[in-house]
Amino acid sequence: MAMTIVDQIVELIRRTTSSLPGDVVRALQIAKGNEKKGSSAEVVLSTVLENCALAKKNSTPLCQDTGTLTFYVSESLRTKVTREKVEKAVAKATKLGYLRRNSIDALTGASYDDNCGPGSPQVHYCKRRGVTLLMKGGGSENMSRQYSLPDASLGAGRDLEGVRKCVLDAVVNAQGYGCAPGILGVAVGGDRVTGYSVAKEQLLRPLDEKQTDFERRLLDEANSLSIGPMGLGGRTTLLGVKTAFRSRLPASFFVTVAYMCWACRRCTINIK
Amino acid sequence: MKSINLPVDEKTVRSLKAGDIVSISGIIVTGRDAFHKHFSDGGAIPKEFKDGALYHCGPVVIPDGQSWQVVAAGPTTSVRENVYEPKFIAASGVRLIIGKGGMDEATHASLVKHGAVYLQAVGGAAALAAASVEKVEKVDFLKEFGAAEACWHLRVKDFKAVVAMDASGNSLFSQVRQKSKKILLKLLKGKGK
Repeated sequence: MAMTIVDQIVELIRRTTSSLPGDVVRALQIAKGNEKKGSSAEVVLSTVLENCALAKKNSTPLCQDTGTLTFYVSESLRTKVTREKVEKAVAKATKLGYLRRNSIDALTGASYDDNCGPGSPQVHYCKRRGVTLLMKGGGSENMSRQYSLPDASLGAGRDLEGVRKCVLDAVVNAQGYGCAPGILGVAVGGDRVTGYSVAKEQLLRPLDEKQTDFERRLLDEANSLSIGPMGLGGRTTLLGVKTAFRSRLPASFFVTVAYMCWACRRCTINIK
Repeated sequence: MKSINLPVDEKTVRSLKAGDIVSISGIIVTGRDAFHKHFSDGGAIPKEFKDGALYHCGPVVIPDGQSWQVVAAGPTTSVRENVYEPKFIAASGVRLIIGKGGMDEATHASLVKHGAVYLQAVGGAAALAAASVEKVEKVDFLKEFGAAEACWHLRVKDFKAVVAMDASGNSLFSQVRQKSKKILLKLLKGKGK
């Protein structure tokens, strides 16, 4: 018998929470090989890899912060994959232990035990294929930033050089607090709202796709900062940088940086 | 890698240096926001903290017959406990504080004074941390604080962490921060490549 829509989404949640995408695992493996043997950086990265293998094997959350749940649903599935069905799947996955009770009332802190509260989970209908889930933890979300150019404190003007300065400042500000090595989604332009949403969407791009010269330069320079895994020093501060450009008003020039932890949990399924 | 068996004495703890990688075995006790507030309000604390370990962690725990099973047990961010920790270190005689992200200078001063260290566990590595738990020995304050905030006494084997703030006043975090800020200044001045 075919799986119901709800169960297909529960399965998407199980996969997303318990296993990292192949490109992220490969990036972590390469990073581990780049670190000095016996260093804390190497130990942190091998712990991370060991953790991911174990979580995958046991179908348990690879990080206890199962994060903000953002579903990107194909426009063509609007009537099939409704918000109601997504919420049902989230409630079921919470019961099954795939998700921590992780949504609380903004003021009182009271738990929404099924992870369904106002604005949670997030469901966006868009031009992507199938259904994609992105899980982003709070530690990393707290390290995301938005800059408005020009920025005198950084000596950053309204040009690509200014963008570069903002991104490097964001990395130094984050240190290891966002669970480094991180991945940056960067949006240049847009308004304040689209800046954050476009920056976050860049985190859906695989790490091994072709980089622009600008992205490669940002990645190399960020890694030269020696912040390292968990901020304990080392050669790997970031695993990747993904940039996107959007038109802006003449008066506004925003640079928005979405910081993602190493536990970049994303997965896409086709709905049957 | 250095092995630490709990309970641990002051001399052993004072010999640990920032950057050392340690493997911890014995009983560690979790405590986070609600527990620290309870302590600060004058509440009693488990005696096992003496020469023991405090873990900033809100684990995912499920009932397992008469006992409990720990499903996920990664560290939570430690800075929230900065205001309470210097006094807690003095009052409890704790030797290891395990968490994520480091703590402030007042806490570090208290670590130095009383012979304790702060260890960084790997943030996010919740499944592996849970796997190093051999047994839940007991739980305090479960009713009062709820499962995520209770004091779980966890018997662990080979729980890995990095000494980030030692009892001589060295901090890996401030070293890394200072170095990265210096490099950033250079990068900001130059036009890069």
